[in-house]
Amino acid sequence: MIKFILNGEEVTSNANPNERLLDVLRNEFRLTGAKCGCKEGECGACSVILNEKLVNSCMVAMGSIEGSTVMTIEGYSKTDRFTVLENAYAAVSAVQCGFCIPGMMLASERILAENPNPTEEDIRRGISGNLCRCTGYNAIVEAIGIAAKEGKGLW
Amino acid sequence: MEAISKSVKKMDHDAKVSGQALYVDDIIMDDMLYGKMLRSTKAKARIKNITLPNISAGYFVVDKNDVPGENKIHVVEEDMPVFPVDTVEYVGDPILMVVGPDKKEIGKILSEIVVDYEELEPVFDVRKSDVSFFHYNYAKGDVDKAFEEADRIITETFETGHQEQAYLETNGLIAYPHDGRMTVRGSMQCPYYVFGAVAKAIGYDKKDIQIIQDVTGGGFGGKEDYPSILACQLAVAAIKANKPVKYVFERREDIEFTSKRHPSICTYKAAIKNGRVTGMDIDVTYNSGAYTTLTNVVLQRGIIGASGVYNITNLRVTGDAKKTNTVPNGAMRGFGAPQTFFAIEMMMLHIAKELGVDSLKFKEQHMVKQGDATSTSGQFHFHVPLPEMVERADQLSDFRKKRELYKNQTGRYRKGIGISLVYHGCGFTGSGERDFIKAVARLKKNADDTVEILISITDMGQGAKTTFSKIVADTLGISIDKVIFANPDTDRVPDSGPTVASRSLMVVGQLIKRAAEKLKVQWKSGEEQMIEEHYVHPDFLIPFDINTFHGDAYPTYSWSVNVIELEVDTLTATTNVLGAWGVYDVGTPLDLNILHGQMQGGFLQSIGYASMEQINYNEKGIIRNNSFSDYIIPTSMDVPNMVTDIIEVPYIEGPYGAKGAGELPNVGPAPAYIDALENALENRINHIPYTQEDTMKYLQEVAK
Repeated sequence: MIKFILNGEEVTSNANPNERLLDVLRNEFRLTGAKCGCKEGECGACSVILNEKLVNSCMVAMGSIEGSTVMTIEGYSKTDRFTVLENAYAAVSAVQCGFCIPGMMLASERILAENPNPTEEDIRRGISGNLCRCTGYNAIVEAIGIAAKEGKGLW
Repeated sequence: MEAISKSVKKMDHDAKVSGQALYVDDIIMDDMLYGKMLRSTKAKARIKNITLPNISAGYFVVDKNDVPGENKIHVVEEDMPVFPVDTVEYVGDPILMVVGPDKKEIGKILSEIVVDYEELEPVFDVRKSDVSFFHYNYAKGDVDKAFEEADRIITETFETGHQEQAYLETNGLIAYPHDGRMTVRGSMQCPYYVFGAVAKAIGYDKKDIQIIQDVTGGGFGGKEDYPSILACQLAVAAIKANKPVKYVFERREDIEFTSKRHPSICTYKAAIKNGRVTGMDIDVTYNSGAYTTLTNVVLQRGIIGASGVYNITNLRVTGDAKKTNTVPNGAMRGFGAPQTFFAIEMMMLHIAKELGVDSLKFKEQHMVKQGDATSTSGQFHFHVPLPEMVERADQLSDFRKKRELYKNQTGRYRKGIGISLVYHGCGFTGSGERDFIKAVARLKKNADDTVEILISITDMGQGAKTTFSKIVADTLGISIDKVIFANPDTDRVPDSGPTVASRSLMVVGQLIKRAAEKLKVQWKSGEEQMIEEHYVHPDFLIPFDINTFHGDAYPTYSWSVNVIELEVDTLTATTNVLGAWGVYDVGTPLDLNILHGQMQGGFLQSIGYASMEQINYNEKGIIRNNSFSDYIIPTSMDVPNMVTDIIEVPYIEGPYGAKGAGELPNVGPAPAYIDALENALENRINHIPYTQEDTMKYLQEVAK
């Protein structure tokens, strides 16, 4: 039995310690916002926030998260910060196929949480672990910049 | 700016941004089984025997003996079997599928199956292939005379590599039998392609086939033909198991065994007289891989574009698609055009260098203009905006000044700037729309005065749901939230053709516009109404004959000028893109944000194509780099300064004047990138990708 905090609630999982957090989120908890794009830590589609850090959930073994705090897009989408970010993404149509987007939103959150006034370079570095094949990244970078301005005080 | 160009919030934004959108891997059905292929480990072999282990109850082995219809996958030709009969033709050919409830047990069964092969001699090198799947040629003017009278003849060969579509969501589908029918749902571009293929493979009446597109995580051509293949295999499995069967590819399986952009070898021979190109003799060879898939249509587009945006009056073009024992290649954004446009742009650049003249001026002297003949003796019927696009690109990038500045550099860091001029023919090649597709579109007005768009066009991220809804809302003068555009389900939508070839908005968008105009006139509040529109072929076209390649291959063209500026570190051979500028004419934009997003995404894909994306086979015909760890695509750090700009030349037959857009940005950046690299390194490059290793090899050669 592995206990951890998932989107603000204490939960327990019967998963084996060597199972991937991604698989447990998707299969046991039916939280399918985290996507599997490569299963080897390269694409970032499965990004979640683990103890205030952005991680590829496909690379996290369940045995390592006892007592940890996990936030997925399902939990994040209920926050005020999400609302500011998603409005910014909408304003520049930064969402195309959408498969990278839950991970990209959580990466955006961490960029702003660590630095509420990021430069473009900071933003690009912050999402560099999240592959997007559709947008060329410009719109996503712009959206995060807009959220930083619009969300003053939230981060 | 037209009012319609103003951006709105995308119709699919809310579901996707919150993680609520359901992709096929997120869907679980009751009693659902999973499938996994046993794939050939030999590039060419006869299957002598297959020894199966004991299969536990609830698990199934599905192969050629289980195909209830014809063991053929209908793409264009039907040479690919659903499951191979006697021989395997590439490493990865799917010999059989194991189906069952537990993925680990499926893996165990697969590992215990023994295949006894009789190995045959495979062909990997397209130059050594003697199987030509397709051979075309066409000519105009008097090519022999041009070469006889030439004062100089220049010949050069160019090569391009594979490109993986690398959509973030891998290929995946679910097939399930119910009530004597078969439904296949999942990630796809073309529901009716899947529909026709499945009907043939399982031999069901068409009324008993249903295909549903789910939210699709990118396509770029990689979900044009491949879903038909997987759907046939899965439908056969679902019949045998009599349960839903799901198959979502892992990334390595997807990169290694699904279709990619065709590699090419193009030899260009140019006749030069008085400093002008007077004739070209062009030989184009595409590596098809083991089966034909979409290769003939890809090759057609490639050879039609072989002379690029230049007016070459004496022209001969030959095209061959040859078989090799490698993974079958198929559609990728640009569809045969990026290969030949790379070659013609490099050829024009290198001729200019040989002649010692300014390459941009040289290109401008040869550019087509309105009224000129196309390569296939059709006509450029409309204004060709290249001159103003070149000026705009120069304004944005300072190209001409920098080009001079970057001559004769020394030192560790060297800059370069390059330019390319390209078009993309909008829609299907030739009379495909009229003769094969025959698109139908419907608008259904509900009693509550909402209006539903019923078409088979899919949104795979490119924004179709939004742009089509805007057309309906604007034409009817209703709010966009009264417009419904659900994912296509063949039970509900007519066949409006596939979501390919930069045709959706220009062709089907126009049908929807016409339907909306009719509905507006006939509108009866509170009543149900249905309007249906059928494709009408433009009447200004010079009829295209696919046998002689004569006439208007495309009704109109989208245009683009690309400039790339970069810096090479001659110590480490790394290249940094300092700036990337694209100027585009796609007619009237139907949503500026969406259009810029399309152009920017394609721009980056094409820079990847030129600089880093490559597929390497080993001597056994196995792809060595089948993951995102070693098939590298651009990240947010690679091209930070990308600028896209729009010039509008509205098209009379497109909705609001819109032309094709989606593929255009993938055509031009590769030659602009290589032009820039040559500018920095002062070398001649004739292949892509040109990677850091290539730069290092070149620098070491020079150092010797």
